[in-house]
Amino acid sequence: MSLILDHVTYKYSSGTAYEIKALDDVCLTINDGEFVGVIGHTGSGKSTLVQHMNGLIKATEGHIYYNGQDIYDSDYDIKDLRTQVGMVFQYPEHQLFETTVFEDVCFGPKNQGLDKKEQTLRAYEALGLVKMDEKLFLASPFELSGGQKRRAAIAGVLAMKPAILILDEPTAGLDPKGRDDILGMIADMHEKRGDTVVLVSHSMEDVANYVDRIIVMDQGKPVYDGTPKEVFAHYKELEKMGLAAPQVTYVMNDLKAAGFDVNCDATTVAEAKKEIIRCFAK
Amino acid sequence: MFREITIGQYYPAESTLHSLDPRVKLFSTLMYIISLFSFDDPVSLVMITVALICVIKLSHVPFGFMIKGLKGIMVLLIIAGAFNLFLTPGKELVSFWIFSISDVGLKNAGIMTIRMIYLIVGTSIMTLTTTPNQLTDGLEKSLGFLKRIGIPVHEISMMMSIALRFIPILIEETDKIMKAQTARGADFESGGIIKKAKAMVPLLVPLFVSAFRRANDLALAMEARCYNGGTGRTKMKPLAYSSLDQRAYIVIVIYMVVFYLIKAVI
Ligand SMILES: Nc1ncnc2c1ncn2[C@@H]1O[C@H](COP(=O)(O)OP(=O)(O)O)[C@@H](O)[C@H]1O
Ligand SMILES: [Mg+2]
Repeated sequence: MSLILDHVTYKYSSGTAYEIKALDDVCLTINDGEFVGVIGHTGSGKSTLVQHMNGLIKATEGHIYYNGQDIYDSDYDIKDLRTQVGMVFQYPEHQLFETTVFEDVCFGPKNQGLDKKEQTLRAYEALGLVKMDEKLFLASPFELSGGQKRRAAIAGVLAMKPAILILDEPTAGLDPKGRDDILGMIADMHEKRGDTVVLVSHSMEDVANYVDRIIVMDQGKPVYDGTPKEVFAHYKELEKMGLAAPQVTYVMNDLKAAGFDVNCDATTVAEAKKEIIRCFAK
Repeated sequence: MFREITIGQYYPAESTLHSLDPRVKLFSTLMYIISLFSFDDPVSLVMITVALICVIKLSHVPFGFMIKGLKGIMVLLIIAGAFNLFLTPGKELVSFWIFSISDVGLKNAGIMTIRMIYLIVGTSIMTLTTTPNQLTDGLEKSLGFLKRIGIPVHEISMMMSIALRFIPILIEETDKIMKAQTARGADFESGGIIKKAKAMVPLLVPLFVSAFRRANDLALAMEARCYNGGTGRTKMKPLAYSSLDQRAYIVIVIYMVVFYLIKAVI
């Protein structure tokens, strides 16, 4: 069970004066149960990349295989793929339209052809997962605060029970607390349900704490692909791409340069703390 | 998919036409249209065609872009052409079944088709080489005299530029919302007309909400910068004629004079 991108190239406005090559010969495999972070500065092709994963845009060249089947085959059920691969867009709150939050969350399951009872169960479960206050279930989605709207919209995708969950910059425009809440909730869910999660972000700090694999995009190409430790070892090159490694990477490297015998692998504050204490305890 | 819409599309390039003042282009287009609708002999047609070809060459815009607009009116063109061709009385040239083609009909249909095609191509060249902002600026300045009879020219042109600016934004927004709802299993394509209309709700509601939000934000931003209409307002890039524009005016005046001389002689 996996998602494979095989030499995928995508051009916007192909064949016109405005042609833009957004993806350039991308080969990737997303394995089952992985928590993957996709990082890159604005315009590096992250959104374009993930929109290929559930067939929303069709590659100009190349193939995509989901569980061994080519999703561009004429007899492939693309609608089924979209329920298997759930996609939370950037600013998902802009897609809310129903009269109540609860009904909006039911929209996905309804399109899947589930009966009323199952829809209700799914919506309850999804709203519970995003920790939505029960009092707000019957409120109009347009009355909610920014963070609450975002939770409602994410619940709308979770209710479809996708096997792979893709989130395109789910924390954009949120305050630090809202950001930590959403990311914590996603990590929690991944731990409990063991599903595959692809998290798009332009902030290293955001993903370093949560993911177990990072793909760095630059100019439509994945340039680094590995564990956070492996990727952050290239922090100098990342800087040239307009990305910064987490602050602890800099602290650890500076300490080492100053002659302390520390290991620069730490990617989170907690790990760094442990490493520094270990070093000074000697 | 919506990005293919080409109304008023600008083609960025560097050319003589691109650097002309928008007022010159508006005036020339008007003169061109007048000549287009008053010709009825082959010599004038040759002259208009030569002028059009020169302008196309000067614009540095690929020819394919100019005739894109033609696709949209193809059906209209064929129907209008057919009506002229078959329903104009005159000396009969050919006839079959209930149709007959007269000499006048043939000429009318030919002239009309040429006029329509030239009209679309000519005006496309103007919009392809002028940004919407320049265009509204040019219109505001050219129609400034209407202010004296109480027509709020500045406000109307401001509304026009805002509307033009919002078209691509709303198209992009539609595209995004459509994708987001498609990802939730919405289906905009299949089903009868009622099912299709119902399927539009998840698209239209968010679209309206976002349009109102944007309009609100824009109004607030304009107010915060003390916008209060046209009086006393100056421009960041005021329109000014260069020597190139003067030469262009001379060329277009010569064009019109020669055009009417030919007409008078023939
Ligand atoms: N709908 C679109 N039409 C044309 N070009 C686009 C469109 N969406 C994105 N692009 C272009 O494709 C490139 C990659 O964009 P995107 O995938 O959105 O990057 P990211 O999500 O990393 O910011 C950018 O150069 C962007 O300008
Ligand atoms: Mg993006």
